[in-house]
Amino acid sequence: MLEIKGLAASIAGKPILRGIDLVVPSGEVHAIMGPNGSGKSTLSYVLAGREDYEVTAGTATFEGADLLAMAPEERAAAGVFLAFQAPIELPGVGNANFLRTALNAVRRARGESELDAVQFLKLARAEAKRLAMPEDMLKRNVNVGFSGGEKKRNEVLQMALLRPRLAILDETDSGLDIDALKIVADGVNALRRPEFSALVITHHQRLLDHLVPDRVHVLAGGRIVCSGGPELAHELEARGYAAITAEAA
Amino acid sequence: MAAVTETLETVQGLAQSGYKFGFETAIEMDLAPKGLNEDTIRLISARKGEPEWLLDWRLAAFAAWRKMEEPHWARVWHAPIDYQDIHYYAAPKAKPGPKSLDEVDPELLAMYEKLGIPLKERAILAGVEGGASNVAVDAVFDSVSVATTFRATLAKAGVIFCPISEAVREHPDLVRKYLGTVVPVADNFFAALNSAVFTDGSFVYIPPGVRCPMELSTYFRINARNTGQFERTLIIADAGSHVSYLEGCTAPQRDENQLHAAVVELVAFDDAQIKYSTVQNWYPGDANGRGGIYNFVTKRGACRGARSKISWTQVETGSAITWKYPSCVLEGDESVGEFYSVAVTNNRQQADTGTKMIHLGRNTRSTIVSKGISAGRSDNTYRGLVRIGSRAAGARNHTQCDSLLIGEHCGAHTVPYIESRNPHAKVEHEATTSKIAEDQLFYCRSRGLTEEDAVGLIVNGFCKDVLKELPMEFAVEAQKLLAVSLEGSVG
Ligand SMILES: Nc1ncnc2c1ncn2[C@@H]1O[C@H](COP(=O)(O)OP(=O)(O)OP(=O)(O)O)[C@@H](O)[C@H]1O
Ligand SMILES: [Mg+2]
Repeated sequence: MLEIKGLAASIAGKPILRGIDLVVPSGEVHAIMGPNGSGKSTLSYVLAGREDYEVTAGTATFEGADLLAMAPEERAAAGVFLAFQAPIELPGVGNANFLRTALNAVRRARGESELDAVQFLKLARAEAKRLAMPEDMLKRNVNVGFSGGEKKRNEVLQMALLRPRLAILDETDSGLDIDALKIVADGVNALRRPEFSALVITHHQRLLDHLVPDRVHVLAGGRIVCSGGPELAHELEARGYAAITAEAA
Repeated sequence: MAAVTETLETVQGLAQSGYKFGFETAIEMDLAPKGLNEDTIRLISARKGEPEWLLDWRLAAFAAWRKMEEPHWARVWHAPIDYQDIHYYAAPKAKPGPKSLDEVDPELLAMYEKLGIPLKERAILAGVEGGASNVAVDAVFDSVSVATTFRATLAKAGVIFCPISEAVREHPDLVRKYLGTVVPVADNFFAALNSAVFTDGSFVYIPPGVRCPMELSTYFRINARNTGQFERTLIIADAGSHVSYLEGCTAPQRDENQLHAAVVELVAFDDAQIKYSTVQNWYPGDANGRGGIYNFVTKRGACRGARSKISWTQVETGSAITWKYPSCVLEGDESVGEFYSVAVTNNRQQADTGTKMIHLGRNTRSTIVSKGISAGRSDNTYRGLVRIGSRAAGARNHTQCDSLLIGEHCGAHTVPYIESRNPHAKVEHEATTSKIAEDQLFYCRSRGLTEEDAVGLIVNGFCKDVLKELPMEFAVEAQKLLAVSLEGSVG
């Protein structure tokens, strides 16, 4: 499980997170909603270990281990996965090669045997098919020339292959068509089990219809200003952040 | 041709030269003092038992060299070289080497380990005294039969592959006919110097219609000791023949000689093909650029025959300074020249490298793919000439020139020269510059890759079009080498 206490972080000397307290028990899916610029992506980067963010206070532990002390690749090996809001392009790097290198790095770190090219392709093709991704996306360069929705699906493909224990999805639903949204939600639902948890950042109630969260948190001004059950998302959709955050303040 | 065989072959060669030095060292030390004059050249020629014509050829080169000036047009900087302060003939162990691996730069050893070089070889590469003879003696036992098979296969095909000094004795007509015909003695300062004082190198002759049955290789992991500073290579592919030649090695090589000035000449006749691949990883010096090798090389191929083809592929990661322009002179109609290059510079390294494609025949074609990677405080320049002669109707060139920057303090420069004297020729030049971005590395790391793996992946992606031209086993090692060379260059 993920346990965040009093987490504060800044970028370029500018404080963004101002004391986050959040617990995501194993087996649960939590949603984070909040206005643009409130720090949602920042939180996801800090949890994944991006180095240009400076943690100024607080702790974050994952399954008892000090997450903040780990390198990004160690977090990945431990089972943390971040689906980027804006996935990065890697020109010249074939998607299949990238996925296999990543999967084998993680498998090695977890003490599992590496997959050879044939085993890997079989697995990747099956997952790509489940996500209704055209097969040529495995051959193309990572995210280069992918449409917005294809990039998001590629993130979900990576998640499916890496089988994380904590998935952080940063607006993975943005830019997806209606069918893709359902496929992505199914992708996360397929991973649901007692030792899996997810932190789902979204602006849209619609994803949460498919991916019913255990808790919903509202992040505003670098703090979690209120939390509730799935119904909170409906309320936000109906009344907007301003009203809810004003009430909570 | 398996890498193992080639390594063993080399080990054996080394054992032999070790014995040879055993006889000759004392005399040589007396006879090869520092400095360059006619006597030095007469001495070299005499020690090698060379015929009169070769001595005259060397002396002519020396006379030309004396009138020439060291070139300074390349974008590299170095302290003045004192040409009278160099031993020009086999001065073994001019400086005492380290006594054991404990005395060797730990960073160098760490790199050997990462490249997966066996312990025994590490000692030799690092120049540990006595390291060579130990390994050589061990290896001779299990390598004799392999090496013999190797020679027998070549002989059966009629291929000549031997040291050039041996070729001068055994095949004097061939050597005399072609030596200096592609790179004339007075071609440039360093080529003239090489012609005057070269000590050894390789000679290859492929008879008409023969496809060389194996990759020819100086893939001498263990040649740190006996390559020499002034290497001379001559490869002749007769009509309709094919040969693939591999030079160099992925392991970083140290050498007590700072200046290296090699000359490589290739000749291809009608329908012949020569593929020349190099991995160059000479010691680049420490992080401040102290102690590295200066590599001033002249490599040129002549496509003399119609439809002949010469292809240069190089991966250059080493040396403090690299000055190198493997070129093709496309004389035969429809002949083809190719240049595929990856040049990596890190820390204080400087590379000024590229190619010349001289189109003389009709419908000649050339392709240039250059990938420059700069990191640290290094400088990396691509300098390329495409010249279309007046007779070269229908000639075509395509140049793709890409630079990748890692960090904030390095430089990448592209200097294309295009000269066309024929209106019916087509020359295309494309260039790009990109950077490895912090967010690309973070993205990879968040998927479980180490930073080193991430840089390796991105760099190998960048170099893919060149690496695929390398023979398979070389390509795999070259990939590893690229990642290791750039280690620690980020962040
Ligand atoms: N490199 C940077 N330098 C300065 N400010 C930055 C930098 N990166 C992010 N910020 C600021 O940090 C704040 C939080 O950004 P963040 O991306 O976490 O917001 P968000 O909640 O994910 O927003 P959205 O809903 O639009 O995705 C924003 O005001 C943003 O401008
Ligand atoms: Mg965001």
